[in-house]
Amino acid sequence: MSQAITIQPITRIEGHASIKIWLDDAGNYQDARVNYMSLRGFEKFVEGKPAEELPDIVCRICGICPWMHHLASNKAVDRCFGVTPTPAGHKLRELMQTIAHAEDKLLHFYFLAAPDFVIGPDADYAVRNVVGIAKANPELATQVVKTRYMVKMILDKFSRKTIHPIAGVPGGFCKPMLEEERQDILAKMRQVLDFALFTIDFAKKNVFPKYLDAIKTLGVITTGFIGTVDENGAHNLYDGKIRLMKADGSFVDFDAQDYADYLGEHVEPWSYGKFPYARTWNEGFALDVDHPKGIYRANTLARINVADRMATPRAQAELEEFRALFGRPAQATLLYHYARLIEEVYACERAIEILEDPIITDTNVRAKVEPNAGRGVGCVEAPRGTLIHDYSTDANGLITRANLIVGTTHNLGPMNLSVKQAARALIHDGQVTEGILNRIEMAVRAYDP
Amino acid sequence: MGVRVASEWLNSCSGCEISIIDMGERLLDVLQVADIVHIPALVDSKYFGQLGDQKHLCLPEADVGLISGGVRNEEHLEVAHEMRKKCKIIIALGTCATHGGIPSLANSYTPGQILERAFGTETTDKPEAYPSEGVPPMLEACYALDEKIKVDIYLPGCPPHPDQVFNALVALVQGKPLSVPTKSVCDTCPTVRKGKGELKQVRRFLQAPQYQAPDEPLNQMRCLLEQGLLCMGPVTRAGCGGDGVTPRCISARVPCRGCSGPVRHEGNQLLDMLNALASNGIDIKSIPNRPLLLRFSGAHSLLKPAIHERRSS
Repeated sequence: MSQAITIQPITRIEGHASIKIWLDDAGNYQDARVNYMSLRGFEKFVEGKPAEELPDIVCRICGICPWMHHLASNKAVDRCFGVTPTPAGHKLRELMQTIAHAEDKLLHFYFLAAPDFVIGPDADYAVRNVVGIAKANPELATQVVKTRYMVKMILDKFSRKTIHPIAGVPGGFCKPMLEEERQDILAKMRQVLDFALFTIDFAKKNVFPKYLDAIKTLGVITTGFIGTVDENGAHNLYDGKIRLMKADGSFVDFDAQDYADYLGEHVEPWSYGKFPYARTWNEGFALDVDHPKGIYRANTLARINVADRMATPRAQAELEEFRALFGRPAQATLLYHYARLIEEVYACERAIEILEDPIITDTNVRAKVEPNAGRGVGCVEAPRGTLIHDYSTDANGLITRANLIVGTTHNLGPMNLSVKQAARALIHDGQVTEGILNRIEMAVRAYDP
Repeated sequence: MGVRVASEWLNSCSGCEISIIDMGERLLDVLQVADIVHIPALVDSKYFGQLGDQKHLCLPEADVGLISGGVRNEEHLEVAHEMRKKCKIIIALGTCATHGGIPSLANSYTPGQILERAFGTETTDKPEAYPSEGVPPMLEACYALDEKIKVDIYLPGCPPHPDQVFNALVALVQGKPLSVPTKSVCDTCPTVRKGKGELKQVRRFLQAPQYQAPDEPLNQMRCLLEQGLLCMGPVTRAGCGGDGVTPRCISARVPCRGCSGPVRHEGNQLLDMLNALASNGIDIKSIPNRPLLLRFSGAHSLLKPAIHERRSS
């Protein structure tokens, strides 16, 4: 091989990864890989710890989506201890998780992804970032910063700590919501819904049409999908059955407790991150761009693909428009951004629904809990995908075993495929520019929170 | 030209970087006076040149370098050294950088034990060998930053409150001395303490503490430690509540877990807490997992693998 290119670190994503591309003597694509660089060892070091402490420990897996780990963990501990959260405790948890999604999608779209679309993929890297956006469009930037901050501070003020949360507790939630808090948050979430509707309109008019060619070609691969649906097959972020869909649109639904019957994790010698795959398809695992095996995708596009419909009216209208254009399941990788904005609308609508439910201010927020021997799987949809925490406890309620499948990892295989596809399509005759390398990174960025 | 700022994350979760963004509109003010020359979370500056064709890792020069996360592998070490070389002032941002943080709980185990579990779970197809191509080898332990490079300013917190990050950056821009909290969480806690006495055991956090009504002010609620909950307030540095001061967890009626690390930089949260409990006549055997008292500060060789594991690894 005559040349190796290293894109390190991959930037404007959360976490540590790099891309390596090998070119042949003629300067054409030979192979590419995404390396996941770090291993912290959560599955080992939680052993022996009191299970009720885990929700406050495992949230440190991710500072962007700590609520997701916190709540998946709380659900798993509830199961281990055989406790059902009180109705108000359950609703407060879902409210926090839903509002956290609403914040996350604004952060991702405007702070991380938008520089590629608003400033442009070929722009100088020194301005192709959120600071560049602030200078190019100060009015929009101020509104983005203000709105995102308002959403974040809803979580911070009510739960008292939003990175890293402490408010979810086994059996429910640490404190009830007062009526004046409910009214304050409700008024704010209505404003955020307006901004979400503005954002998706803005993107549909000014962003997506300009990049339609890129959407149809960049990082495009054909895979299955995973996500969570409620009992009616509608999209859900917090609770329900897991739905695993093949590329042809056929699917199977299963209880999160049975995840190990359906999913496996493959190991490659060049990545600390493991590669989940659909073991239940009985075709093994292969990172072959043209004929992938066992590969499914998670995160926004996956969730709206597996769902029969969205559970709230405005999000459903957006989904119908999306499906009329791109079908089901839609495969184009850059459509993750579009799907993200549909989910943003859902998250705002759902938060408002929960806040309008009188149970939300009920003061019985925490059921009595006793440590127990047991096993429990807790699952929620994290921004990056289906998040699974699986614990076993001994008679004292201490953790004996933990297995985690983190949202990001479902997409490690697909990200590799998208990067291979993008590098193969974009690099010819040794021509490598910053713009080309950034486009290859964009194939990874689409999968970020 | 403003103050040049570079930022890096090592064995971390990105929570500290999100806390920077959580300055809200103040972030726009900071951007007026600071040039951010390197921050992987937000800016596309690369280690091996923008075309990825350089042989050596190279970062831009900066006045201030913010580093979050501890040092867990050889890449972290290389980046930490390069940051030290290129930045005039190094700030250890967050408790992972100052004391190891939650990931330093791994210091109770050898790298071999960690790899064995990570690549040996029930759903994992067991590999013939652990990953080693193009991934940085793990170091023996998770180290705090000052075990590997010189640190000029410590900003603990998991994450540090946005007020603290903002105040630090403003002080640096204005060339003024930085005031960091020196009190304990207890010193800034408004709950009611009645003094020594009746408590013999600590209990696990399985029920809510006692208080009269959902809107009862904190200064009418009994101290959570005096209610028997293991609250790390006495041995944890204050400041998690930012300029608002009130400790965050306490105000959610949840005991402090110690996330800002020890009150003095070189303190030991485990020993200090056991001393505090024992001197108040509380049976320390009632604590279910003592190493967990070092959950935020297991670096600096405070948490170690069992001796037989160290020998066999």
